[in-house]
Amino acid sequence: MAGLSFDLIALQLFAGLALGAIYVLFAIGLSLIFGMLTVVNFAHGAFYMVGAYVGLYLISIGGNFWICLVAVPIAIGLFGLAVERVLIRPLYGRGIDYPLLLTFGLSYVMVECVRIAFGKTGYPFDTPEVLQGAVDIGVGYFPLYRLFVIGATAVVLLALWLFLEKTSFGLIIRAGARDPQIVRVLGVDVSRVWLIVFGIGTAIAGFAGLLAAPLQGVIPEMGGTILAEAFVVTVVGGMGSIGGAVLAGLLVGVVVSMTSLFAPEMAKVSIFALMAIVLIVRPQGFFGRAGLMS
Amino acid sequence: MLQVSKLNAWYGASHALQDIGLEVTKGEIVCLIGRNGAGKTTTLKSIMGLMGRTRGSVTFRGEELLRQPAHVRFALGLAYVPEERRIVQGLSVRENLRLGLVASPAKKREAELLDEIAVIFPRLAERMDQEAVTMSGGEQQMLAIARAMIAKPDLIMLDEPSEGIMPVLVDEMFELFRSMKAQGTTVLLVEQNVELALGIADRAYVLDQGSVVHQASAQALLADEEIKERYCSV
Repeated sequence: MAGLSFDLIALQLFAGLALGAIYVLFAIGLSLIFGMLTVVNFAHGAFYMVGAYVGLYLISIGGNFWICLVAVPIAIGLFGLAVERVLIRPLYGRGIDYPLLLTFGLSYVMVECVRIAFGKTGYPFDTPEVLQGAVDIGVGYFPLYRLFVIGATAVVLLALWLFLEKTSFGLIIRAGARDPQIVRVLGVDVSRVWLIVFGIGTAIAGFAGLLAAPLQGVIPEMGGTILAEAFVVTVVGGMGSIGGAVLAGLLVGVVVSMTSLFAPEMAKVSIFALMAIVLIVRPQGFFGRAGLMS
Repeated sequence: MLQVSKLNAWYGASHALQDIGLEVTKGEIVCLIGRNGAGKTTTLKSIMGLMGRTRGSVTFRGEELLRQPAHVRFALGLAYVPEERRIVQGLSVRENLRLGLVASPAKKREAELLDEIAVIFPRLAERMDQEAVTMSGGEQQMLAIARAMIAKPDLIMLDEPSEGIMPVLVDEMFELFRSMKAQGTTVLLVEQNVELALGIADRAYVLDQGSVVHQASAQALLADEEIKERYCSV
């Protein structure tokens, strides 16, 4: 274990937080959509992947990363609105498996379309120039772009928190996730709220895909891997709980990062081991409510 | 104000309401009485738009409601306090009250209306920032009524407001219904406590097995031991 200094571990912890930040962004959208619509969105990874490709495309036609940070979530959010309105809405009231199967199929269609448009092989995604290099964070040099990912995630979380806690629409979402019927009785057109929540969730997925692109490049299958890992995050955090998704996302990021330092061959397995342990101790996850799926 | 005619409703294959007809005019308190399972709650739900399959006619201020979703019925001035109260977990008393305004044009006057409600419900005023579900059953019922009243509906439907509540709070609540009526709110009330309900109502309909079997003024019904015995004793 020589060479595993405190600084190295601390740096690896930060790397875990950056990785976790992407999980958090991915999982809060998944959780928001499940908590409100009871739709398990299997296409969430595809929205994430398309977000990265839209960023790639915008940069190829002369845009820059900063424009992408605004344009990608808007584009993916609008796409999400269309998907909810046209494909998912007719399936409400038919049980949880209908939208699940639909989004599962949709994800294949989206991946295939991207393969046709951009080819099967991946592309590198350049880190924006001002975010290249590393900065001294006290325990050593840490890639500036990863710090940016953590910061951007914090900004999105803060904005989402303010939106949910301080606005009337946020109040409707919090109440509607618990009891859609009473919200309807109090005059709210719940189907409109569902539409917007789906748009917000997919917009954040697209944003996460864009943020992840400079870290790992862009390939059509990038959404599949993170989807599986993000399900671990939502299960550990508690289905439908946003606070749980944040805590569990960071935890999963750190666990993956730490196991890849001490036992790299175990890194992929470690998160499923974590899930198994959490499920044995606390079947509903950190902040989940029991019986949500029934 | 509210006219229901030949209203039918179904739970799956079971025919829960059969040709219900009733009428509520402006400023009245009208009471629906009858045994458990007589169709009282189903009638209110059908009027509010919460039943899957309905047929017949429900008009409110001249507009046909039956094909309208619940939120449109709210916008037309109907309010409904369900039997289970439906206080939203995880929200404070204030947030539950604000929820009564989010879809209403009265939202602009939120601060003013919250102050008004606080005067009418001093018990809630003391607990504004408390998590609502930690309050007693009676206080939660008061909150459910306040939440339905805050946007000033024209007609409020109350399902079993006195159920499971301390007698002292029940008296307070019925006093409130009287003052609501005095201020021009129309009330359609479902209540197990027949004597108490008839004490404040103008008229009443007696339901049995999904049909209206009798209607009379509240006073006449209070004196009619036979009807009360036949349709209301538990």
